Amino acid sequence: MVRRLRSGDESAFAEMIDAYHSSMVRFAQTFVSSRAIAEEVTQDTWLAVLNGIDRFQGRSSLKTWIFRILANRARSTGTREQRTVPVDIEGTGTVDRGRFDAAGSWSDPPAHWSEEVDNRLSAGHLVAEVRAAISRLPEGQRAVVTLRDVDGLSSKEVCDVLDISEANQRVLLHRGRSRIRAALEVEMADR
Amino acid sequence: MRLPTLGGDIACQQAVELITDYLEGALSRRERERFEAHLRACVECDEYLRQVQATIRILGSARPEDLDPVTREGLLELYRQFRSG
Repeated sequence: MVRRLRSGDESAFAEMIDAYHSSMVRFAQTFVSSRAIAEEVTQDTWLAVLNGIDRFQGRSSLKTWIFRILANRARSTGTREQRTVPVDIEGTGTVDRGRFDAAGSWSDPPAHWSEEVDNRLSAGHLVAEVRAAISRLPEGQRAVVTLRDVDGLSSKEVCDVLDISEANQRVLLHRGRSRIRAALEVEMADR
Repeated sequence: MRLPTLGGDIACQQAVELITDYLEGALSRRERERFEAHLRACVECDEYLRQVQATIRILGSARPEDLDPVTREGLLELYRQFRSG
């Protein structure tokens, strides 16, 4: 693919945008305030990729390299307050502590719905709810959950794209997934 | 999120915080064995784990829509300009 891009093969570029553009726009929205700006940043990223492809050394995958360029650009364009992905190690639990007794056992245990999820998935409603829940996550959690669980990057790739440690990646992933599970819990109770 | 060293049995409140480290293969062997022992004994935490796994499956089906033709053509036009410039 790199060779084809370097040689100016338009079909190679078309394959790349088909594979990644929509994911990139969604990911860029983690850092900027609107979809229009995210589109713009992604477009700029493609130009940067074309300009830089001769210098790409293959130390990471092409996909990781592209998302890294995008993350850097989206961050610096970000109209939100600029900050690095927070390393919030202390924190409190991801499940409301009121749901446990003094010994740490469930006093308000989760209802059983995990087996019903797949039957209800086709309705599209759950996916919509999950998308909304992603958009409510804090920036760091949202970036990690989107890359890992929606776009299917490996933990190593996510760390490379966002410049964070494996441990930090796990913390953000844990918090993000926990919040989304909680949103689904509300949705599944409401049936 | 690192919890205090797990001395003996783990409580549900601790177990739910270990789920991602467990799924990521980041627990030590000892921690993993304790965690799994807890799950075998605790139907609630087992369900909680299944809910997290279900959440991951739904997230995986939330991929963005295909590239719309207008945007696609615009990007290809950008490419051609880049190549000719």
